[in-house]
Amino acid sequence: MAKIVAGIGSSHVPSIGRAYDQHKQTDPAWQPLFDGYQPVKQWLAEEVKADVVILVYNDHGTEFFLDRYPTFALGVADRYQIADEGYGKRPLPEFEGHAAFSRHLANQLVADEFDLTLCQEMALDHGFLTAMPLLWQHSDNDWPVKVVPLLVNVIQHPLPSGRRCYKLGQALKRAIESWPEDLRVAIVGTGGLSHQLNGERFGFINEQWDQQWMQRIQTEPEALADLSHKEVMTAAGAEGGEVIMWLVMRGAMAAQVEEVHRFYYAPMTTGIGLLALQNG
Amino acid sequence: MTDITTDTHWGIPGTYVFDLALSQQGYAINKMCNSLKTQANRDLYLADEEAYMTAYQLTEAQKDAIRQRDWLRLTQLGGNLFFFLKLAATLGYGLYQIGAEMRGESYEAFMQTRRVAGAV
Repeated sequence: MAKIVAGIGSSHVPSIGRAYDQHKQTDPAWQPLFDGYQPVKQWLAEEVKADVVILVYNDHGTEFFLDRYPTFALGVADRYQIADEGYGKRPLPEFEGHAAFSRHLANQLVADEFDLTLCQEMALDHGFLTAMPLLWQHSDNDWPVKVVPLLVNVIQHPLPSGRRCYKLGQALKRAIESWPEDLRVAIVGTGGLSHQLNGERFGFINEQWDQQWMQRIQTEPEALADLSHKEVMTAAGAEGGEVIMWLVMRGAMAAQVEEVHRFYYAPMTTGIGLLALQNG
Repeated sequence: MTDITTDTHWGIPGTYVFDLALSQQGYAINKMCNSLKTQANRDLYLADEEAYMTAYQLTEAQKDAIRQRDWLRLTQLGGNLFFFLKLAATLGYGLYQIGAEMRGESYEAFMQTRRVAGAV
């Protein structure tokens, strides 16, 4: 049966993508970031060896418009394109999906009372793209892992609650583990940590809150799942509300987890967090 | 200024929470910005900004916020940053210029508040 072999929390920031594409890996301002991801990239390549990654992300007004905005949406395709967010497409290879596994997840999750929007086509923006090349080494044409994109609405309120996201993760765990074939599955929750890109409070960061988040999500995820959006956005900034996507990842992991690696860097306007977990 | 949504129930200072009411108010802005995902439309926009805004039925206040590159006002009128970043990209404005303007600071003054200003 399928097995969850890694749980990762990772921020998504467009400037990281630009720095990657412009080969700024040894730029003094960016080197700490790329170095910070390296141990996890190595762990994933040498030990985890996932066949497929379920990556929980949000679209940023790129592929999904407000005319009909899904609360949760799951990719069920064989391929996923790179989106143009206004600057042209990033020079990354397209992603290979795992449609049969996606269909299984869709069937199980809907039966488990999560009524997802199901997508045969999805172009992926920086919400999805930022973490991928930091965690997996791609070639010019492909990636070493197949992907299943799972979108959460974090841009137009009402957002799903943190509790709902945590429960989605728990349902995802049941769905994954009911896949009969051997399959090594990694799950990545993206977004956060603290940041605000809205209004006069633009640039707000709360490093102490971010550090506590990365600790507490390991030992007391239920308490984090009970935080209201207002509590999170007040403490971690309006766009810090994205951290509910980490709770999808955490809900899919075992009650007891072990920290493999943790990294934090807040150079500009986002508390960039990376947390790698394995089931205890 | 009756067209500004006053965000009272969230009570987070300096924050315009993008809820359904604000989304409805800014729908035309965000729909127009959403169209700028292709180079062809970006070229059309740059060729005639007024005509492009009119085609998407922006209100005069919304048009004026865009003419002034007043990102804070655009936010107050229902523009969502993730959408209007496509407009900003079309016009050559970066996120941190937008942020400085929203804070009421110069770009240089804003960058001095950052820990590693080279990470842009």
